Amino acid sequence: MRGKPPDARGNRGARMRALRKHPLTYLTLVAVAFFSAFPVYWSVIVASHDNAAMAEMPPPLLPGGNFLANVSRVFDTTPFALALVNSFVVAGTITVSVTFFSTLAGFAFAKLRFRGRNALLLLTVVTMMVPTQLGIIPLYMLMIKLEWTGKLYAVIVPALVNAFGVFFMTQYLSRALPTELLEAGRIDGCGTWRLFRHIVVPAARPAAAVLGMLTFMTAWNDYFWPLVVLTPDDPTVQVALSQLASGYVRDFTLGLTGTAVATLPLVLIFVLLGKQIIGGIMQGAVKG
Amino acid sequence: MPVVRRAPAAESPPHPPPGESRTRAATSPWRHRLDRLVSPYAYIAPFFLLFAAFGVFPLIYTAWVSLHDWNLLSSANPFIGLDNYRELFSDGYFWNAAFNTLSIGVLSAAPQLALALVLAHLLNRPLRAQTLFRITLLLPNVTSVVAVVVIFSQLFGRDFGLVNALLDLVGIDRVYWQANVASSHVAIATMIMWRWTGYNALIYLAAMQAVPREIYEAATIDGASAARQLWGITIPMIRPTIIFTVIVTTIGSMQIIAEPLLFGAQVSNGAATTGGTDRQFQTLALYLYEKGFRSFEFGYASAAAWVMFLLVVLVVGFNYLVVRRMRGGLDV
Repeated sequence: MRGKPPDARGNRGARMRALRKHPLTYLTLVAVAFFSAFPVYWSVIVASHDNAAMAEMPPPLLPGGNFLANVSRVFDTTPFALALVNSFVVAGTITVSVTFFSTLAGFAFAKLRFRGRNALLLLTVVTMMVPTQLGIIPLYMLMIKLEWTGKLYAVIVPALVNAFGVFFMTQYLSRALPTELLEAGRIDGCGTWRLFRHIVVPAARPAAAVLGMLTFMTAWNDYFWPLVVLTPDDPTVQVALSQLASGYVRDFTLGLTGTAVATLPLVLIFVLLGKQIIGGIMQGAVKG
Repeated sequence: MPVVRRAPAAESPPHPPPGESRTRAATSPWRHRLDRLVSPYAYIAPFFLLFAAFGVFPLIYTAWVSLHDWNLLSSANPFIGLDNYRELFSDGYFWNAAFNTLSIGVLSAAPQLALALVLAHLLNRPLRAQTLFRITLLLPNVTSVVAVVVIFSQLFGRDFGLVNALLDLVGIDRVYWQANVASSHVAIATMIMWRWTGYNALIYLAAMQAVPREIYEAATIDGASAARQLWGITIPMIRPTIIFTVIVTTIGSMQIIAEPLLFGAQVSNGAATTGGTDRQFQTLALYLYEKGFRSFEFGYASAAAWVMFLLVVLVVGFNYLVVRRMRGGLDV
């Protein structure tokens, strides 16, 4: 690279010039990327060593060979397998429900005419701003009344819909779904439900996929409400994780192995589909 | 109107499930009209019904509960007016929690948003490995709060933590991060910053990409430096987005709970709900949790929830006014 003339041909050349023009930009971004990735990498390091190795100075900086032994310890200490299954059930159900109902309501708000539409949409947007913790005490009392405490319903049912999803799909469909297409469908004698199934759902698919991924992540990572309403012997993965990591015995290896097991599925999904997820966040942001 | 009202009587069943319109809806004007009238409401109904039951009702009911002496086990819940609020305002622990919340909020939100702005500005250039940078920056946001605290509690560990090891290396005394107000707030703010900076940077980047290139080109010709372009062009142009992120971040930082809860749990189980042995990092949300779900004083905790909400509104309003005045360099 050293002796290359500054105006090497093509796109690659332009980028190389950019690299040379902004060395500080790259340096900063690489540093920030390092700090972003390092803690995740560190959890893998700790999870693949035993406690004795982590107490050494300097600590190891490369993965060790103890990962599987630690994982089996995690599964022996807490109901971690059950927690993983529970979290899949909870996050899966919530994702399907949120995506479906948001698309349905988003279609109505974006493309159907009815009385009170603007007022109801405004109400939806406003409620996005209200802190969820405000209602948590009565919600808990409601769960006691319904005798749902300790059961997965208590985590699933309140999360089956949310205002963000409806707003997100409304935004997307009002831009991406051509009204002429719906009118053509009407002329052909389609009822509203048929329009939804055959025109709206295919058009909504890209946004629904992004919403689904974001919803799954949020549900998988949710901690506070499951902690309040579930019991330690039938937890979600985050609750089980917090049990692993707290207590009098400092067993960091155990806690970070649990962290790695609980996080890696999401990181994997994210690395595979990261481009779309980022696109979705950035799309939602401009409108927001 | 009367035509529509007769429709249910003329047709049976009166409310055809949406799926039935498939069977030649066009041939029946009644059905067609009913479909157009009812469908929109039917489509938003699931959202609003569930939302009313599990979202709006608890919000409103909180106010009612807060006016009662209401416990988990008590059979009678006498009305006591504003007594819960009076007791709350005279509780030193409540004000301590309010202070901690504001302190951690400022320590995490201000540097976070400033750094996000700079990062977005850097990413908004023709760069190599654009996608790789974006994915790496968003990676922390994929990990759960619990995971973040577990990892950082290890990094901030007193005896075997990497941060203290590094401090040792450069000859600074080790810090027991959980022990004091300042150090625990810095540690918790670091966790929050780590998780959210990249996310906010991407939101800013999205807004920056909508700013017309020609403005920057003109500024470059005029000899404006990158820093001046950020201050003079970018910030004024994306101000609505900045206001949006300030509001969302403020609401989020007023509700911080998992970080202090789990950070304290590293010390002892008792220190978890109190936010450290001397409540040095107990936030308002954690105070609410202690009252509501450890001592099960539902009435008192509901009062705390309402006051918390009012504080959120106040702080959000204040921040909104501050950011609105921040005009950048356009009119300098």
